[in-house]
Amino acid sequence: MIVPALILVPLCAGLLAFWWRADGPRRALLVLTALVHSGLTVAAWVQWNNNLHSSAPIAILPGTWLALDAAGLLFLSTVSALFLGCAIYGVGYLGREKHQPHIDYEEHLFFSNEPEAVFTGCLLLFLASMTLVCTSQNFGLLWVGVEATTLASAPLIYFHRQHRSLEATWKYLLICSVGIALALLGNFLLAVATSDPRGPTTGLFITDLVQNPGKLHAPWLKAAFLFFLVGYGTKMGLAPMHTWLPDAHSESPSVVSALLSGALLNCAFLGILRAHQVCVAAGVEDFSQGLLRVFGLGSMAIAAVFILGQVDFKRMLAYSSVEHMGILSLGVGLGGRGAFGAGLHAMNHSLTKACLFLVAGNILAAYETKVVKDVHGVRRLLPLSGILWIGGFMSITGAPPFGTFLSEFTILKAALDQGRPIVAVLYLALLAVIFIGMAGIVLPMAQGEPSAALYESRRREAILSTLPPAVFCLAVLAVGLYLPPTMTAMLDEVSVALGGN
Amino acid sequence: MSTDLNLVLVMLANLAMLGSSRLSACIRLSAAQGILLSLLPLQLELAEHKLAPRLALFALTILVLKGVVFPALLMRTLRTADVRHEVVPMVGYVSSLIFGVIVLCFSFWVSSRLILPHPAPSPLVLPLALSTILIGLFLIISRKTALMQVVGYLVLENGIFIFGVALANKTPLLVEMGVLLDVFVAVFVMGIAIFHINREFDHIDVNQLTSLKD
Repeated sequence: MIVPALILVPLCAGLLAFWWRADGPRRALLVLTALVHSGLTVAAWVQWNNNLHSSAPIAILPGTWLALDAAGLLFLSTVSALFLGCAIYGVGYLGREKHQPHIDYEEHLFFSNEPEAVFTGCLLLFLASMTLVCTSQNFGLLWVGVEATTLASAPLIYFHRQHRSLEATWKYLLICSVGIALALLGNFLLAVATSDPRGPTTGLFITDLVQNPGKLHAPWLKAAFLFFLVGYGTKMGLAPMHTWLPDAHSESPSVVSALLSGALLNCAFLGILRAHQVCVAAGVEDFSQGLLRVFGLGSMAIAAVFILGQVDFKRMLAYSSVEHMGILSLGVGLGGRGAFGAGLHAMNHSLTKACLFLVAGNILAAYETKVVKDVHGVRRLLPLSGILWIGGFMSITGAPPFGTFLSEFTILKAALDQGRPIVAVLYLALLAVIFIGMAGIVLPMAQGEPSAALYESRRREAILSTLPPAVFCLAVLAVGLYLPPTMTAMLDEVSVALGGN
Repeated sequence: MSTDLNLVLVMLANLAMLGSSRLSACIRLSAAQGILLSLLPLQLELAEHKLAPRLALFALTILVLKGVVFPALLMRTLRTADVRHEVVPMVGYVSSLIFGVIVLCFSFWVSSRLILPHPAPSPLVLPLALSTILIGLFLIISRKTALMQVVGYLVLENGIFIFGVALANKTPLLVEMGVLLDVFVAVFVMGIAIFHINREFDHIDVNQLTSLKD
């Protein structure tokens, strides 16, 4: 009962929002839907926990379209938590945005915003489609969900109707649609791998495929995995298919960037994980793990190159997402405890990156520039955002005692345990380079003195724009200090399904 | 009309698109391709002497979407955007055609080396699906107008569709309909985006979309 409600509530609310004229009630609807969605997610956790401790646990039956397993629930929780935070932040953001045409501070041209009803409606449809991705137990339905996320989020990137965001939207739409079309070919290749000329064909249900791997035709399964990796990898932002990502993340409103980076990239990763799960069950995990390691380290390397000397702080955060998607991919590719670390890291990265993007939005609103060297003294001008900016930086680079340290360390340990010293050295070296690159950007922004004019006209920071990032940052810190046993049990289950231990 | 003839006509439409300079001609060719593809599931099932009602519904949806709705949407965008009606190639038409022929030969070579777990309904399915996919990708990267990139996306989608219908023909109807709905919305959203690109830049030449880079 919970799962259909999780999808239908934001879907109906989204359709309603398109036709709701009054701004106030529409914003209330946005927050209310986010609250209901998180409430349902908590209910799903309780159900999962009861199932875990019950004497006769209920397994997902073959032929189920929608259900929540450990991996799905883990990703759904981050989506839900992030959306709630972003909805609260979004109310403040939409309140500040002007309805009349206003001047673009980069090129000083006039532009107007997308109607707020369209923005809110698409935001809610985006939530519905991401929930569909997390809950679907069928490869076909998963594909439908991932493509739907692209279509629902494209208008969000084009909220500020000027040519740079339009360029970003076009690249996003075209590159991701082509990528996801290749994932559809992956679906069909998987169907070819499963089809038994004498028996009935399975309809690409994940449970069926994982339980009866003996019927899978290995070469075609490998081909299918390759297409899934390239197709969903485009959406996830794995290098070299990441080219749309920095543009879309830097040009969209910060609240959308937070959702794209924290929630959407994970959803695409889930698509790859599902395919990997089938490969593990069929015994060709060596092939899929090898590819995941290569793409993982490759993404980290490309991200490191572009973070060094980056001039735009939102683009820096976008490249950092490419880096972290690489870490996730590497973690799963290592197997063993690496899969556990990757699951934990997915959650930590989402919370941290959402915090950083929301704070970046506050900095952008105060300084009206995305150029790193024009921003000084965030600590003085925006005391709380300044602290969160530094805290988020510590967390994203994996400094203890944040949760990211724990997960990145687990992945490092997995690399050493698996006897892959070269991978471990490359991983550490790239993390170090990225730490230096980001420190060189973030710290000068936080330190120093803001210009006198800015300092004179400073205002108190709004609670709506500082509370959500503060909660996200504290959550990552809490995970680093204490990992609840329920969470460990869940991550263990995810890890086992992905061929870890 | 046999399946083989149908597939050959699809390939000829691909080659005609590679050599065509008019946007409207390319859109019409993609419509023709869509109509041919809607016949494909029917032909394959009739060869096995059975025809389920769900299949007829599926074929009809394909016919309406790929044969009528997509081309109509694209033609409407072409009219309202009021832009140059050429495809503006980055690779010349003759070179494009030569590329198409090379792709076709390559696809036949690759297909001859692939071993299917069960026999394909026609020996032409695999090579022609593969070459349609590759030609779709080529059209996306080698044509500068945004509208032509959408046509390329449709050709890519058609190639994947041939593969799916002929070799993985037991996908549930729900999924097939979901896929079509997504492609429909994709074309719709891209059409809106092109309209805005035209208004913002006074043209739909994607070469001008270069202000975002590192």
